[in-house]
Amino acid sequence: MIEIKNISKSFGDTKVIDNVSYVFEQGKTNLIIGESGSGKTTIMKLMVGLHNVDSGEILYDGQNFPTLGVKEKQEVRKKIGMLFQGGALFDSQTLEENVRFPLDMFTTMSKEEKLDRVNFCLEKVQLTNKNKLYPGELSGGMKKRAALARAIANNPQYLFCDEPNSGLDPKTSIVIDNLIQSLTREFNITTIVITHDMNSVVEIGEKILYIYKGKHWWTGNSQEILKTTNPELVDFVFASGFMKEVFNAVRNK
Amino acid sequence: MNLFFHLGRYFILIKRVFSKPEKLSVYFKQIIHEIDNIGISSLPIIAIISFFMGGVITIQSAFGFTSPLVPLYAVGYTARESMLLEFSPTIVCLILAGKIGSNIASEIGSMRITEQIDALEIMGINSAGYLILPKIAAGVFIMPFLIAISMFLGISGGYVMGIATGACSSYEYIYGIQAFFEPWKLYYSFTKVLTFAFLITSISSYFGYYTHGGALEVGKSSTAAVVYSSILILIFNFLLTQLFLT
Repeated sequence: MIEIKNISKSFGDTKVIDNVSYVFEQGKTNLIIGESGSGKTTIMKLMVGLHNVDSGEILYDGQNFPTLGVKEKQEVRKKIGMLFQGGALFDSQTLEENVRFPLDMFTTMSKEEKLDRVNFCLEKVQLTNKNKLYPGELSGGMKKRAALARAIANNPQYLFCDEPNSGLDPKTSIVIDNLIQSLTREFNITTIVITHDMNSVVEIGEKILYIYKGKHWWTGNSQEILKTTNPELVDFVFASGFMKEVFNAVRNK
Repeated sequence: MNLFFHLGRYFILIKRVFSKPEKLSVYFKQIIHEIDNIGISSLPIIAIISFFMGGVITIQSAFGFTSPLVPLYAVGYTARESMLLEFSPTIVCLILAGKIGSNIASEIGSMRITEQIDALEIMGINSAGYLILPKIAAGVFIMPFLIAISMFLGISGGYVMGIATGACSSYEYIYGIQAFFEPWKLYYSFTKVLTFAFLITSISSYFGYYTHGGALEVGKSSTAAVVYSSILILIFNFLLTQLFLT
């Protein structure tokens, strides 16, 4: 479980995150949604320590992350897997080397054990037998899946996914969403997904935090969001005509 | 103010670089990889430049020594002193600053802008140590060998071209390169090389590591790495020469 308590962050004179609190539950896909520039990615970067909070607490199972020393932070980070928006695969390494990397760094596994684990992770993300390909040889969807395989290689307790289906076609998006949800349930991970894809919200949103102009604006789940009357959230969710039709269909049932 | 900001950030980075590695075996593999990347791949260019520069120094010396009071073995002596004291340790290091410096800065800079460094940090890895320490270690280890090869090939080039053009005889050249040899000058030369190796690898890594933006900024970091490495090589060359030779 990860809990953020009253976190705030400013860049210069601009307050980007304003007193946000939330509990991200274990074994559930926790979504952070909001318009572009609302502060979603900043919250995630604050949570993993890529930015420092101005005030507030980020508790990883009770440990206040921002106040930890360098070594203690590294220990917490070893339990984190992260899927970056662009994949962030090491482009001079093959897929196998990418997925094996956290195992090389932090485990004492034998070569055979590492290979088994790599193959297991690649199979989970449907990239079996692609071990020797380089990131440059992969499509966008394959890169995301490969990055997901690397993120889960070292059995993370916390999984962060930054816009996992941006730039992907709807079919591949669903594959990625389902993968994230099944991994979360299977390994009882605390998963946090940043998205502004409404399809993902409806498909996998077990807990949803809506951020509006850097503020905690609404919380709920995928069912509740379709019935919301919060004007800003209604604007966001039903921005497209298609979603309005879905909404009306749900209401008329 | 800007200078102090960069100096402070550079020393903080260096402190992180030399903190305890997560896993020595992985770092060792990286060092071997970097020795190949930084050292072995630079060998052809160093060999060609050193050989021809040695030849040119010999021919120019022979052309300049017109007085009958200057013995012809002075040609060999001049070639040796030029190669040992200045050309190989300083000029070759300036060339390496261009080749290696831009390579390191653009590699690390590209990793920065594609979030690969963030990915390392989030995995709990000291990205500065993992990326930079192997480069510094490999540079400091391999560059003295490269410079020794440069010295040997430069003096050999002088011999081959000196004989081929009739600038001096074989006996005079060989006598010249042995005349008045003081071994401590090698100590001076290799101290310079070790210093320059550290400067090139660490400064280039610094500029790459703190790249922000996109492809254009990677290019700017690369240029800055070469420019600042070269300037610092020249400053430290002066300081070390003053320290050792006066």
